[in-house]
Amino acid sequence: MTAVPSIRQRSYLRGPGRLLIAPAILLLVAASIAPLIVTIKFSLTDYRLLFPNSTGFVGLANFAHLLASPDFWPALINTLLLIAVVLVVSIAAGLALALLLDGPVLGRGALRLLVISPFFVMPPVSALLWKNLLMQPVSGLFAWLASLVGLPAFDWFSRAPLLSIALIVAWQWLPFAALILLTSLQSFSHELREAAQLDGAPPLAILRHLVLPHLARPIAIVVMIETIFLIGIFAEILVTTGGGAASTNLAFQVYAQAMLRYDVGAASAAGLIAVVFANILALFLVRAVGRSLEA
Amino acid sequence: MSGIVLEGVTKRFGDHLAADTIDLAIPDGGFTVFVGPSGCGKTTLLRLIAGLEDIDSGRLLIDGMDMARTSPAARGLAMVFQSYALYPHMSVRANLGFALKVARRPGAEIAERVEQVAAMLNLAPYLDRRPAALSGGQRQRVAIGRALVREPRAFLFDEPLSNLDAELRAQMRFEIRRLQQQLGITAVYVTHDQAEAMTMADQIVVFRDGRVEQTGAPLDIYRHPANRFVAGFIGSPRMNFLGGAIADDYGCAAIGVRPEHLMLDPAGALAATVQTVEHLGSESLIHLRAQSGEDLIARGTQDPDVRPDDIVRLRFAPNAVHRFDADDRAMPATDARQEVI
Amino acid sequence: MRTRRTNRAIVTLLAWGASLAIAFPLLWALLTSFKTELEAVAFPPRFLSFDWTLANYRNVLADGDYFHALINSVVIAGGSSALVLALAVPAAWSMAFAPTRRTRGILLWMLSTKMLPPVGVFIPIFLFYRDWGLLDSRFGIALLLAAGNLPIAAWMLFSNFREVPGEILEAARMDGASLWQEVVTVLAPLALPGIASTFFLVFTLAWNESFWTLNLATTEATPLTAFIAAFSSPQGLFWARLSAASILSIIPVLLIGWLCQRQLVRGLTFGAVK
Repeated sequence: MTAVPSIRQRSYLRGPGRLLIAPAILLLVAASIAPLIVTIKFSLTDYRLLFPNSTGFVGLANFAHLLASPDFWPALINTLLLIAVVLVVSIAAGLALALLLDGPVLGRGALRLLVISPFFVMPPVSALLWKNLLMQPVSGLFAWLASLVGLPAFDWFSRAPLLSIALIVAWQWLPFAALILLTSLQSFSHELREAAQLDGAPPLAILRHLVLPHLARPIAIVVMIETIFLIGIFAEILVTTGGGAASTNLAFQVYAQAMLRYDVGAASAAGLIAVVFANILALFLVRAVGRSLEA
Repeated sequence: MSGIVLEGVTKRFGDHLAADTIDLAIPDGGFTVFVGPSGCGKTTLLRLIAGLEDIDSGRLLIDGMDMARTSPAARGLAMVFQSYALYPHMSVRANLGFALKVARRPGAEIAERVEQVAAMLNLAPYLDRRPAALSGGQRQRVAIGRALVREPRAFLFDEPLSNLDAELRAQMRFEIRRLQQQLGITAVYVTHDQAEAMTMADQIVVFRDGRVEQTGAPLDIYRHPANRFVAGFIGSPRMNFLGGAIADDYGCAAIGVRPEHLMLDPAGALAATVQTVEHLGSESLIHLRAQSGEDLIARGTQDPDVRPDDIVRLRFAPNAVHRFDADDRAMPATDARQEVI
Repeated sequence: MRTRRTNRAIVTLLAWGASLAIAFPLLWALLTSFKTELEAVAFPPRFLSFDWTLANYRNVLADGDYFHALINSVVIAGGSSALVLALAVPAAWSMAFAPTRRTRGILLWMLSTKMLPPVGVFIPIFLFYRDWGLLDSRFGIALLLAAGNLPIAAWMLFSNFREVPGEILEAARMDGASLWQEVVTVLAPLALPGIASTFFLVFTLAWNESFWTLNLATTEATPLTAFIAAFSSPQGLFWARLSAASILSIIPVLLIGWLCQRQLVRGLTFGAVK
């Protein structure tokens, strides 16, 4: 039709409109903005539960102390590494799987059920199943697989705890990436593909020049969404390594400072750093989704 | 039945002026068609009358009462939407009866009225079906039926036929008009199709850019367009316009001649090259290019013996030349006989 | 013709192989849950030839802690999801049908709260809960989970409501329906599938949530996430029992996931991928 904009422009709806959205906004402010402000405040104070008398504004001392502590930088680097490895593995494997499932497979319905399963498994279960049933170097299944090819069992959690955790988390997120990409692939017009085939394009070229660019946007969305959740990886670390230096991350550090060292000030500082970190990444996601609002 | 009067009605969407101080009187019991190109504001005006949008300024009188602040239903108007907007989760019966149910009429009354309307529109066999199980034409009739059930003061139609195929459209055009005449209810009908406007209307209102260009009976507008825009919009194929030397001869900035008034005549004064000929069986359309460069169409019933690239001569039928001044307004016919060409 | 059939066979084989490999950890856990503890740690591992037993399931189901955790999970997930809907449905309605210039900003702001990692608000909330007796309370946890899932729900419902053709609602208005009637008799039936999927997605996220549930619950409010997490202590390393407990903990949400996978995965992208 013509340039008639939204039909929902009834002025008498505006009053109730504001009322209806208020409770939701209230809850969100109470659960995010308000405590965040308190976190900021705490990060600038010396607040240790074991030393209740030493309270007071200390400016950026907590941050300085944190940045100098031997736990912090590994935590920060691990956070990034975790995110990077999970993203790469989940998206690469997800893409491969999506391409396979998009093809002429029999029983796609059943395959989808199999593939989506890890996504719905609660993190403690995933972590414990992987750590014990699969990765345990004495009786775990991977040890058995290694023995089949004559290799010694690999002690995953002793030798490569961060990688182990990354694999577990990547396993959980792979279905998400695979399904999003599969949906996007299936919406990719058959006609376009057939036209390319008629033009004599070999399958690999079609993949490279038509399909992958089409997938660029969903891949970006997957990256952004996974990242939001990956900053806060917690349960898997708690349940497998208890956050040793080799496998701690920012989220775990906040927990450790608060619950193990009772240093509220330091924990708040770490929490704030995590927030800033997340916000930078979030900026890009908001723009991408905001654009989809116009679409 | 009532008269609808708009006085100085204005509506803005952000920076866009969709309706610019519209003054309009919609005659009681008549079939008024709003016509114009996309974005001209005809649909906006319909929605303003319906009450689906608020008027920014001006008055909207229905039966003499200002309804600008009244809710749509309370205005006593019924609307048939372009997409029919049937309730997909309700049967046809429920769709038809919805308005009465909302008004808490007794069940027996609703049932009786629904049967009545269904009979009028040949919907009786479909009463228990859902809209998804109906054809386009059937859905259209349900949409009309839903409006009928309410016994409204006036019907509002928003391009209801644009989703139908050509043959169905022609048939429904006739049926809607017949129904309206039978019931004598005021109707306001929006369309971008000038043929629909010409065949259905008692009164046509031509819109452009939020303003009324001309109001009048179909043949009046056809024969006496008020300006170049209306002249070019109404009538298919489009009126031929010529400027330059020929217009000077007629003492104006441009002249307009309808295709049926452009005749092949070896003694004619206007020279043109044939581009292509379309044979429709009942008539032929000759596409030409004048020596002065304008594209022309001539329409005739005979099979003309011309071929592409032939150079022919044309003349205008007597008293069939429209004159337009530099502001594109129609100029009155001169007293002197227009036998210039 | 033959190439297409062999093509199909190869792709099907690869796809099944890959899919089974992905689901394998769960299949292995399922298998292990029917073994005795001795068989569970046997090396080389037994695949099908072992003494199948239901003892592990019986043990877990007889465990008071398990049922306590199960009920907590149901209450917390169900309660927080109901709360989310109660807040998100009106909010989404208002944004979809009574939008203002601020609406887009509000939506994006809601999205931004989701990007706040829980650790950023962990301490103030922990201390606040402690001071107000909300620690280890199902209500307290449900409230937080609701706040966490509210943006996702609001987005999902918002896109759902917008997909309802505006003209149908206008037709209802022309038919004389009041706002309430319009919502209840026309909008709700059309939006019901979307509301249902939103509920299921939020329920799933709450059931699996593993930060607040692990940090705020100690004894009374411990849901299944905490119950399973306890298996990480050395005393808890009974693989068969762990497997049985795991299967029992993930079944409800796995079933929901299988039934609604398309809508759930889509909902999680905030409508950005169609």
